[in-house]
Formats: sequence, structure tokens, C-alpha cells
Amino acid sequence: MDEKDLLLLRLLEENSRLSPDELAIMAELSGEDVRCRIAALEEAKIIRSYTTIIDWERAANGGVAAIIELKVNPERDYGYDRIADRLAKFREVKSLRLVTGVYDLQLHVTGKTMQDVARFVSEYIAPMDRIRETATHIIMKTYKENGQNFCEKEPGERLPYSP
Amino acid sequence: MRDFVSRRAKVIPPSGIRKFFDLALTMEEVISLGVGEPDFSTPWNLCEASIYSIEQGGTSYTPNRGIQPLRDAISRWLSGHYGIDYNPDTEMVVTTGVSEGLDIAIRAVTDPGDELIVAEPSYVSYAPCVTLAGGTPIPVECLEKDHFKLRADRLMEAVSPKTKAVIINFPNNPTGAVMRQEDLKAVADVVIDHDLLLISDEVYSELTYTGTHASAAAIEGLRERTILLNGFSKAYAMTGWRIGYLCAPKEICDAALKIHQYVMLCAPAMGQVAALEGLRRGEEEKNKMVQEYRVRRNLFVEGLNRIGLPCHLPEGAFYAFPSVEKTGMPDLEFAECLLKEEHVAVVPGSVLGQGGKNHIRCAYAVSRADLAEAVKRMAHFIASNSC
Repeated sequence: MDEKDLLLLRLLEENSRLSPDELAIMAELSGEDVRCRIAALEEAKIIRSYTTIIDWERAANGGVAAIIELKVNPERDYGYDRIADRLAKFREVKSLRLVTGVYDLQLHVTGKTMQDVARFVSEYIAPMDRIRETATHIIMKTYKENGQNFCEKEPGERLPYSP
Repeated sequence: MRDFVSRRAKVIPPSGIRKFFDLALTMEEVISLGVGEPDFSTPWNLCEASIYSIEQGGTSYTPNRGIQPLRDAISRWLSGHYGIDYNPDTEMVVTTGVSEGLDIAIRAVTDPGDELIVAEPSYVSYAPCVTLAGGTPIPVECLEKDHFKLRADRLMEAVSPKTKAVIINFPNNPTGAVMRQEDLKAVADVVIDHDLLLISDEVYSELTYTGTHASAAAIEGLRERTILLNGFSKAYAMTGWRIGYLCAPKEICDAALKIHQYVMLCAPAMGQVAALEGLRRGEEEKNKMVQEYRVRRNLFVEGLNRIGLPCHLPEGAFYAFPSVEKTGMPDLEFAECLLKEEHVAVVPGSVLGQGGKNHIRCAYAVSRADLAEAVKRMAHFIASNSC
């Protein structure tokens, strides 16, 4: 992992559709070198997948997303890992993190309707062993996602020439 | 009625791109590579610091030299980054952009009849500022074959008994040229041998893509005969805030400060707060922007060379300076027709001095998508105008 690898990661995180040849020009490398480096980063599971950031509210798809906080009793020898592994298997769970603070696990869950999300939490998550408490927060509006500012206004007019 | 306009004001030429400016304003969907400013907004923590200071009532005059914490921070920063030490209390003035710093620097040292050598191609202000101060600007060309660096032998040819100072700007607007330590040493020999002063505008210093910037004041024997100008506009995307600084030995700095006191009083208070935040906690944001400029430079210069506009790889600033000689069009015509036909705004090199002839200045401080589109339109322009 060197400076060039970090630059490639940054460029791909921002736009995963850049071709190896475009990346080569940007990073002052050869196309072949870029291909090898990306393959190595994929192999090392540093690059996990290539995805798209979508503003679902704009897509008016009618979906619902929620952040679920869980208080969990950790397990001897395994801590939170085994229960996290079970939770992660649900298709509805988009992201899952162990955090510090008043609760332990944070889930990002999506569903078609609010009832869907509520049912998923009450039927699958809450009854699990070791889950002490759940709190569900329905997401009302996303302002920024993965570095993308959804509500950014057009920048102010720039002069065509200066001075 | 008498003609009230002074001879000095009459003699300075109007900006060579004024007519392009007016033309561009009448057009739709112009991609402008004509602006020498970052397309990024000022990093938000800098704005926050400034907004907070306004909320706290920080809207008064500041000390003439600028607020103490900012001068202290600049002094530490110059020492840490470029290895030059300036006393923040006696050898530094915070100015209203580098533009003011340049003006007061020139006025502080110029007497009628003095000649000031200006390395060209250059930013448009240097020669007019010299004229307004009563001096005579003497151009010295930096040539493409020298990668637009200032060569000591060419400088020597321009020196006369009347020469007082040499004005340089590296990394350079418009060529992107960078002077390395050894290049500066050669210039230093001429400056010292002829007992000259060096005015070094280093506003693009942080936009040096390979290696680190060599500051003129850090060259042996130059500190005592250099006025160093730098600022926050380019590195921190702060053009509208108007914050620069001037560093010089005490006697020269005192003279510049006197002029600053009378004509400017102080640099904008809220801008000084933002600049301080930039030095304290803006390094990471700045580095990200610099990395992005470098990526854009690589894409854009590759594009220019691919479509038949030869361009050396600029090592600093955010300008590409390709030659348009092969197209058979003079640069002024090229720029005007490109704007009219393809709505791409560039600056013809000849308005930036003789050395800029047959070149165009393209600022690549615009989005990658706009750069790609600009290259496409330029290719179309060249294809439809070739015989």
C-alpha cells in the first residue's frame, strides 16, 4: 500500500466507473500498473464492491429507511461478534456497526413501508437472545450520504475571466 | 472642462481580456478556463471560524499589521515549511490579498526613473503597478525551451545601471513553471552581484506538484534583499476573502507598512480569522485540493497533447500553457474564435507579455467533467479550422 494505491482508492471511492486507462493518466501510472494494483486491492478485500450512491427520496420509490439502536448482552468468548454475524445475514440490514455510547449495535435497515420496518424489528430483531432493548428511528430526510451532499445548492456565479 | 485623468492612469493599458469578458457574458454554457481561481468553495471550517468571529462582534479594524495570532501562525508556518524566519512583529504585514502586497512592495522601493525587471509571461498586474509607482517595467522573457524558468543569463541582459528590483512569480501564472533551488541560486548570483532587490510573488507555492517549493528568501544571501509575497487565495480557495502577506527585512517592511496604513488601514478582519483557521486546521483540506488539481492537470495536459496542442507538464499552479502555433492562428484570434464558436474561454498568452505569444492560458481549476468537455470542444474547433 503506497501513495499511489491511496490515490486510486480515493478516486474510485468518488467514482467507481473510472476506467483503468483514465485512472492511469490521473495517477501518473501505466494502464497495466493500475490493473495490477486494483486486482491486488480487490484480492486483499480492501476494495469490497463497486456501488452507486442513490438519492432514493428523489427516485420517489416510496421506501423507508431506519436506524435501529440495539442494547445487547455480549457473549463470553465472542463478545458481540456472533450476534452481529446473525444480524448481518438479514437482507433488510444494509449496514451494521458496533459503537461506543449508550447502546451497542447500530443497524441501518430498509423496507417498503414503515410497517415493514416495524414488523422486521419486532418479529426478528427484538426477540433474539441477548437483545435487551431496541430503539427505531425512521429516517425523515438524508442531507449527506457517503460524502455526497444531497442538498447542495448550485455554486455562486464565477466570473468568466479574471482579473 | 479640463482632462482630469492623470498621465499615469492613461498610460497603463486596459486589461487585454476585457473584450473577451464582455463577449463571454452574452453567451450560454460557457466553459471558462479563463479564471485564475479555485473552483472549490473555501473549506467550511474556515468559514465557520469567520462566521463565529462575526457573531462575537469581530467586525472592527484590526492592528495595521494584522492580528497577532495570524502573524505568529504565518511566521511558524514559513519557518516550518520553507525554512525562512521572519519576525512577526517587525518583518511582516498582512495585506488585502497579494495584490495589495505587490502594490505596496513596489511603491515602497520605487523612485522615478528606477527600472524594475518583470519576468514574463506574467500575471497582468506587475508592469502596471511599476508604472503607477513611477518606475519603468523592463520585461525579461522566460522561454518555453527553458520550461519557462527565468534564466540568469537572460536576466543579466536586462540589467542596467537603473535597475532597482526584479519581480518574479514561481510557481508561475500563466505557465505553471517552477524554479528549483538551483535555478534560484543562479538568479540570486545576478541579483546580489548587481545589488538588486527581489520581489518574489509565491502565492502558488503550495501548488507545487513534485518536490517541495523552494522559496527565494531561503536562498543564501537573498533574505536581506527579498520581499516575499504570499497569501491564502489559491491554496485555501479564499480568493474573495482578500488575505495575503508581505515579509521583508525591517526597513523595507516599515516603508510598506506606512503605505498600507494610509491606503488600506488593515486587511479584512473576518478574512484574517478564516486564514488563521486555515493555518491551524486547514492543512488536510488544502492537501486534498492540491491532489485534485494534480489529477486534473494530468487529465487535461494529456488531452491537450492528444488533440494537437503541445503542452509541457506544468509543475505548479493550476494553469496549462499550450502552444497554438501549429494551428496557424495567432493566440488572440485563437482565443476569440474558440470563445465565439465553441464557448470555451481561455486567455491569449500575448496579453501576459511577449513571452506568452502563440500560447493560451487555460486554468484547470474546474471540474473534471468540464475539462473533458473543454478538450472535446477544442478538438472540434481545431478540426473545423484546419485547412
